[in-house]
Amino acid sequence: MRYSGFRIIREALTGHRGWGPAWRDPVPQAAYDYVIVGGGGHGLATAYYLAKTYGKARIAVLEKGWIGSGNAGRNTTIIRSNYLLDGNEPFYELSMQLWEGLEQELNYNAMISQRGILNLCHSDGQRDAYRRRGNAMRLNGVDAELLDRDGVRAMAPFLDFDNARFPIKGGLVQRRAGTARHDAVVWGYARGADRLGVDIIQNCEVTGMRIEGGRILGLETTRGFIGAGKVGVAVAGNSSRVMAMAGMRLPMESHVLQAFVSEGLKPLIPGVITFGAGHFYVSQSDKGGLVFGGDIDGYNSYAQRGNLPVVEDVCEGGMALMPMIGRARLLRIWGGIMDMSMDGSPIIDRTDVDGLYFNGGWCYGGFKATPGSGLCFAHLLATDSPQATAAAMRLDRFRRGLLIDEKGVGNQPNLH
Amino acid sequence: MLIPHPLLGPRDAQEFTYLGDAALIDRPDGLAADAAERFFDYGYLRDNPPGEHRELWFHEQGDRSWLVVTRNITTHEIVRVELARDVALARGRGR
Repeated sequence: MRYSGFRIIREALTGHRGWGPAWRDPVPQAAYDYVIVGGGGHGLATAYYLAKTYGKARIAVLEKGWIGSGNAGRNTTIIRSNYLLDGNEPFYELSMQLWEGLEQELNYNAMISQRGILNLCHSDGQRDAYRRRGNAMRLNGVDAELLDRDGVRAMAPFLDFDNARFPIKGGLVQRRAGTARHDAVVWGYARGADRLGVDIIQNCEVTGMRIEGGRILGLETTRGFIGAGKVGVAVAGNSSRVMAMAGMRLPMESHVLQAFVSEGLKPLIPGVITFGAGHFYVSQSDKGGLVFGGDIDGYNSYAQRGNLPVVEDVCEGGMALMPMIGRARLLRIWGGIMDMSMDGSPIIDRTDVDGLYFNGGWCYGGFKATPGSGLCFAHLLATDSPQATAAAMRLDRFRRGLLIDEKGVGNQPNLH
Repeated sequence: MLIPHPLLGPRDAQEFTYLGDAALIDRPDGLAADAAERFFDYGYLRDNPPGEHRELWFHEQGDRSWLVVTRNITTHEIVRVELARDVALARGRGR
């Protein structure tokens, strides 16, 4: 069923009895050519592009819970491509361009809203760093604009410009950045993949990998053995657990990141704003809630909930940036589990096991990467060679010393 | 989180900084023939299991001791705390 304005009017006049489920609930077949482990945004996007762009058939996505129940449902919905390093920036720009055409591509309203991202700077040194970042972005063909103090004031007059410790000196803007509706991204890719014949199998947890002679033959699951020609793992947060089934140790730790949403308020914040003196970022959802977050808690965790010191730290950042936020009441706090990689950048690569491919290590930046990650992982699965923009995201870069370290803090995952 | 310090009693986890897996105590021999491979493993690869995890915490805003904390990272429950010095000596480290 195609969605359209005409369709909505027709359904409204006939009592909305014509809507069907957006995707099937198939029984798993004995074997597939491609099995994607993980029914989050990345896994579903991978299946979609495998079927659509690379014309592959007999594809399944296995999800242990319901689709989108992991980090796809736990992020702060920001999309942007304002990275510094050449190993990252072209990839995130590919992703950004896919976001811009996503709703037409999927015939699904993902509520993509390009309201811009404003990274504030609070010192002359930081302004220089942002100028460098903006120039690096422009060298990669991405829009970036350095604003002075008055420029920032015109965009966001409610900020605390004369904060004694963190005066606002200016900001770097990417106007094409913004937000998307996270669940709709999952549902849109699921519906798109399903229409191309992909089997989305929910409540099916992978419990083991059958590997013989260095080649993967299939997966043991809670719904029986499923044979596979190629297996792509996209389970960020739990990558170490799943890849341990293939005897692999990964260059990453799992950490918890908390996010927050306030009660609904009238339109207030024009886009995404980030505080440069602490770690705090905020946007406003279409329902009016302020969606914000900050640092990871900083210790290994699989708990999907964090502790109060980070709540305090994030709220202090918010208060320093926009004191009016203190009047808003907090509605919800939640935690998600991040693959924190050793250099803060992701991995999309083959493994030493024939037919087993890995996608993970997204740290706390995976949501914006969803379309690009899907396309690049599908490219790798279909062609056995990396997509051009993801060529640096190799698993062996740690061994070879070719890290992609945006923050320059080295192999300390809780600092990325 | 409260970390029951073996010398000081329960302390707020905020007084500590976190390093990572306690396996970092076992620094490889830099003169071994396979030192490059072992340092790659030491520097970059982690078991990262769910459930009980032994990890190094530094009491930076306290007595500046290193602790080995055994913590269930699925529930955040702290199971056992030892002085890292004792752990290292028991593992045959010289000093």
